[in-house]
Amino acid sequence: MPTPFEYAPAPESRAVVEIASSYGLFIDGEFVDGTGTTIKSINPATEEVLSEVAVASEADVDLAVRAARRAYTRVWSKTSGAERAKYLYRIARIVQERSRELAVLETLDNGKPIKESRDVDIPLVAAHFFYYAGWADKLEHAGFGPDPKPLGVAAQVIPWNFPLLMLAWKIAPALATGNTVVLKPAETTPLTALLFADICRQADLPPGVVNIVTGAGETGKALVEHPGVDKVAFTGSTEVGKAIARSVAGTEKRLTLELGGKAANIVFDDAPIDQTVEGIVAGIFFNQGHVCCAGSRLLVQESIADELVERLKRRLGTLRLGDPLDKNTDIGAINSLEQLERIRHLAGVGDDEGAERWTADCDLPAKGYWFAPTLFTGVSQAHRIAREEIFGPVLSVLTFRTPSEAVEKANNTPYGLSAGIWTDKGSRILKTASAMRAGVVWANTFNRFDPTSPFGGYKESGYGREGGRHGLAAYLHVD
Amino acid sequence: MLLDPTSLGEVGRSDATLRRFLHGLPGVDQVGADTRAAALSTRSIKTTAKAFAIDLAISMIDLTTLEGADTPGKVRSLCAKAQRPDPHDGSVPRTAAVCVYNDLVGLARAELGDSGVKVAAVATAFPSGRASLAVKLADTRDAVVQGADEIDMVIDRGAFLSGRYLEVFEEIAAVKQVCLADGASAHLKVILETGELQTYDNVRRASWLAMLAGADFIKTSTGKISPAATLPVTLVMLEACRDWREITGELVGMKPAGGIRTTKDAMKYLVLVNETVGTDWLTPDLFRLGASSLLNDLLLQRQKMATGRYSGPDYVTVD
Repeated sequence: MPTPFEYAPAPESRAVVEIASSYGLFIDGEFVDGTGTTIKSINPATEEVLSEVAVASEADVDLAVRAARRAYTRVWSKTSGAERAKYLYRIARIVQERSRELAVLETLDNGKPIKESRDVDIPLVAAHFFYYAGWADKLEHAGFGPDPKPLGVAAQVIPWNFPLLMLAWKIAPALATGNTVVLKPAETTPLTALLFADICRQADLPPGVVNIVTGAGETGKALVEHPGVDKVAFTGSTEVGKAIARSVAGTEKRLTLELGGKAANIVFDDAPIDQTVEGIVAGIFFNQGHVCCAGSRLLVQESIADELVERLKRRLGTLRLGDPLDKNTDIGAINSLEQLERIRHLAGVGDDEGAERWTADCDLPAKGYWFAPTLFTGVSQAHRIAREEIFGPVLSVLTFRTPSEAVEKANNTPYGLSAGIWTDKGSRILKTASAMRAGVVWANTFNRFDPTSPFGGYKESGYGREGGRHGLAAYLHVD
Repeated sequence: MLLDPTSLGEVGRSDATLRRFLHGLPGVDQVGADTRAAALSTRSIKTTAKAFAIDLAISMIDLTTLEGADTPGKVRSLCAKAQRPDPHDGSVPRTAAVCVYNDLVGLARAELGDSGVKVAAVATAFPSGRASLAVKLADTRDAVVQGADEIDMVIDRGAFLSGRYLEVFEEIAAVKQVCLADGASAHLKVILETGELQTYDNVRRASWLAMLAGADFIKTSTGKISPAATLPVTLVMLEACRDWREITGELVGMKPAGGIRTTKDAMKYLVLVNETVGTDWLTPDLFRLGASSLLNDLLLQRQKMATGRYSGPDYVTVD
């Protein structure tokens, strides 16, 4: 002594979860074989194939939508709010009971660290179901008129970054308000949605109220374009969101979109500096930066920029990258090869544009998809890495001189999902926050979520809100 | 911290310069500091890491008894335990120090001899610090003369809270002088009593004030006030140690004290050190745990790791 304090491996056991070698589609309360092809879902940390999953064809999607319609007409629209709440509470409790299983499966399929799936994703999933269960029998008091009616069948398409959490954000309010759903998880992360299907059965949810169809873009297209759906809810890229908006235009379908972001994290010179460093790390390196509201643009006041960047680099040096199942892992795997290539490409663009790249010194595992925490300094508003969503552990550092310049630069983006403000001065928080054109503004924190708080974007980050009382409006006739 | 080391000496010139300096330190966001400490406390320390950490923690303990009921017998038994914590296992490292009240320093000194276990004495009208400077200095001198290797002094929280920073500064500097008077070389640990300072901003300021005045160690608590040591308070103080080194190159030690009772607690503190100031601080020279009952829990865990079975409270010694 003193010798280095090396943490021994502390892997979470994967024995808690059983993964079938193949999965069908969950339609009308049953797992059925699809009529289309299959895709393999792999563990991005090891490239091991976890399971083979059906790709729902147009005919399969049609079956699912019909099942949802039947369940809506015959059962769910006639089920009282208090009864619906019972099912939601039951689901929430089962999620809690099976939380370890869900967390391990999420980490295996997605690549995120177990400490995040265990401490963030799964507890929030349960919280969303608990929260919306509470609303189910109180909708007439929600401010949408004396007897707000559900829309009918909701088509929901979710991304791979928070697979089960995005499912909860979609399904919990839809069921609470009396809609039935057909949900399509992302093609790289379908497994927790399929486990959720099992939870629906365990909760005795009436058949057809929740249907899960797996597949890729074509399946999603078939689902949102199906004439039998009344509502489309999509979370994902702005590009796909625009295509969905075009396809839905001119129909009766209601649409909510939660798309990309390029959030500014604004640091004033009086910020609580150590907590700011933590907040920047939480803002962009949480979930490997696969977060639509990630604080990917650091806007720091010039007078403290050098010091802040030094502290940030020192902190990034302590991040532990590796086996996502290890309880001490901070940074897990990139979800797919495709995404890894996109991150590499955009980081390369940053180099070409003359920004200065700095990468945390860490060994990347030989197998799997990995990208070390990276930051670019000397970035200007004109650089692509300051404008385009990278969706990876890459931070662009920009500077500003005055508060008004900070606001101007923060808002100078086609996106508007979130923003962060760091200062010890309360009045400056309020003034800056009210000037942000972003759906969520965090003050002296970042990437904190709660089911009671509405979430959604401005501009190309989409429209509609999820979470809170506002989230009910997306699934009710409110006009 | 954009600060010129040569200008640090100027800071202690007056109340005004001290206030300007201390209030110019970056603020601490309480929610953020709590969150960071909680996040680090989820680290999973297993197998080889746990074995390493248990022995490290034992070697960092200031084995403490600070009761009105302390007797020579009690101190003798503590000294024996400090030198050989587990009577059946000579491979257990000795603790860093034995910490006692002033009047028992001579006895502890005689008991510990040249074992390597240090004698730490609480001084300066511990725990309240409510006495005149002359009394505090005499108290310190007394402990040093009796052979204390380390002096755990308390700051004047009243003066600190009413903004008389210079008074606190000068008092620490004066005690430090006594520690080094007449060829002595006692180390000075400065107790901030963070439970009475309440805010993390105050904790950060008091940490800097103590270091500016010459502290060798900064310490959270007397153990007589609740809350005593907490993880976030220790985090804030370690950050001050880290930033101090950045400017001066000096390594100031850190000692959380009070309320650390279990091996799990101790692991959390070691993780905090490891990931805040780094491995340089993972030595008894720079990090101590002020505790008494902690040692037995560490010994039980150590036995468990060696045998695979939990023994029980009768397999460690009561003191």
